[in-house]
Amino acid sequence: MDRNKTHRNRRRLLKVLHFLGLFLVMAVICIPGLWIVLNSFRPTVEIMAKPPVWNPSFTLDHYRAMFGGAGEGGVPVFSYLWNSIVVSVVSTFVAILIGMSGGYAFARYRFKGKSGYFVGLMLFRAVPGVALSLPLFIVFARLGIIDTHFGLILAYVAMNVPFTIWLTDGFFRQIPKELHEAAEIDGCTRWQAFWRVEFPVARSGIASAAIFAFLTSWNEFALASQLTRSVGSKTMPVGLLDFTAEFTINWGGMCALAVLMILPALILTFIVQKHLIAGLTFGGVKG
Amino acid sequence: MTEVTLNNVVKRYGAQQAVHGISLDIADGEFVVLVGPSGCGKSTTLRMIAGLEDITDGEVAIGGRVVNDLPPRERNISMVFQNYALYPHMDVRENLGFSLKIAKRPQAEIDQAVREAAVILGLEDLMDRKPAALSGGQRQRVAMGRAIVRHPDVFLFDEPLSNLDAKLRTQMRVEIKKLHQKVGNTIIYVTHDQVEAMTLADRIVLMRDGHIVQVGTPLELFNAPVNTFVATFIGSPPMNLVDGEVTNAGMIRLTDGQEIPVPSAARAGVSVGQKVQLGFRADNLSPVGHGVFEDGEAAELDLAVSLSEPLGTETLLFAELAGIEVQGKMLNPRPVSPGERMTFRLTLGKAHVFDADSTNAIRSN
Repeated sequence: MDRNKTHRNRRRLLKVLHFLGLFLVMAVICIPGLWIVLNSFRPTVEIMAKPPVWNPSFTLDHYRAMFGGAGEGGVPVFSYLWNSIVVSVVSTFVAILIGMSGGYAFARYRFKGKSGYFVGLMLFRAVPGVALSLPLFIVFARLGIIDTHFGLILAYVAMNVPFTIWLTDGFFRQIPKELHEAAEIDGCTRWQAFWRVEFPVARSGIASAAIFAFLTSWNEFALASQLTRSVGSKTMPVGLLDFTAEFTINWGGMCALAVLMILPALILTFIVQKHLIAGLTFGGVKG
Repeated sequence: MTEVTLNNVVKRYGAQQAVHGISLDIADGEFVVLVGPSGCGKSTTLRMIAGLEDITDGEVAIGGRVVNDLPPRERNISMVFQNYALYPHMDVRENLGFSLKIAKRPQAEIDQAVREAAVILGLEDLMDRKPAALSGGQRQRVAMGRAIVRHPDVFLFDEPLSNLDAKLRTQMRVEIKKLHQKVGNTIIYVTHDQVEAMTLADRIVLMRDGHIVQVGTPLELFNAPVNTFVATFIGSPPMNLVDGEVTNAGMIRLTDGQEIPVPSAARAGVSVGQKVQLGFRADNLSPVGHGVFEDGEAAELDLAVSLSEPLGTETLLFAELAGIEVQGKMLNPRPVSPGERMTFRLTLGKAHVFDADSTNAIRSN
């Protein structure tokens, strides 16, 4: 009896410690985000107040200022949002198209130097983006594509393709080759077999690759801050800088823009999440 | 008419040759089983017929038309894969109808064909399920249904039963045979299981190392194996092989000095001093009073039983003969204790003699 009791107590204690640990980790992850959201609704004086104001007041001033046009520290939010959307969506789409083809080729075909190419791609990925910013800046400036959507899209596609290839290669590898063989025997061309059988089966994997690519482009700052100059091409992460002046930082406004930036990414992730979880639970073949 | 003809078909992967010039004529409506140990080239041969593998050399013709350069979709064949390869994102109905949909047939025709296939294979209640929600046997049936829906000229089966448990395998074997009797198409079936080959085939093609070793009906292979490989591969338990040497008295002297007459069927083919292997099946070695004895030549052997495996109607007996473990069968069995000495009768009329060097069968004719 006694032994059972101590055992039970120990289990309970472990459980409590477990939850405590999880709570701490979650706090580290969530508090900065929470801080941003909460502060976007507080007057600037309260944000900077010392000692802190424990009973905050609620205001939409920052949002009003942000959407209110260029007056009073206002930032051209809609332009930035539009730039971000164009750059992220187009670069994701192109990166997925190229990456998926590459991943499929790596998964299905044998060719000379295959592993060499693959390692090369991964090495390219290992180069920090910032290190590329100066050479990119010079080349882009010569080509005259600095401060354009096209230039940024090009840079992001190059950045995302290796990762997309790596991910989709893994997903296509999990699909048994008999599936496209069966489709070909059923009357498909190689192309049809891909689009009608392998692509739908791998679509959850491709969706997760897409969300990674999208988030990378959406959040990217280092390259964008070098390659964009004007309202016509600046993306939201770069736009955040507009809230810093020589001596002051408009924390409230920055937080409001950050919230606006988080929202689409959050919504998109929610939509795709179903696919991510549905994952690769297919049963067409017996393992 | 859809006969399949292989003419000197070769498959090479770089320097490695997987299939060495195979020639084979398969008649319309015939059920041919390619059987052999793993790596013997049987699957590769099937995949070349299907068009999933390039043909290095030689010719494959289906229905008189050389198909070497045709993609799988233009060969009018169906294939059932070992892992079924059902489309996981489609339900059973869509899986069955996929080939007709690709062929852009009218919906009414597709429905009709799918319904017919479903009835033949008893899939009516599963039509709206995804493959993930099916059991192994059901998936197997869907794979077969997908194959019959399009009324192909030739069915190809690539080890379709190896992923099923033993009981289901026996069941599906019967269903495949029934299916063949019902639709009557040419079937080429690959397996490594000699029982499947024996039970299903009109004709067995036994392969080893990319070569055809013997082609014939199951009983031909069973009763007249061309060499020791066929003799030990076909039939269960495998044929017993005992080493010996032919003496001038028309006897085979085993390594322990014991002598057994050369079976008359081989007598004219052997020469004195030739090293041979005497082959006989367990069915033809039985304790006196416990076998099906045919009149004719026989030898009596006194053997100590080392192990017995009761199977109900018969008991498998293991004993040592000239240093080699041989198996015999005891009908109307009685309990046998290990070490017991029994007199066995070896029916020589059913025994085979093989040349020890070439392993080929020696026959008089």
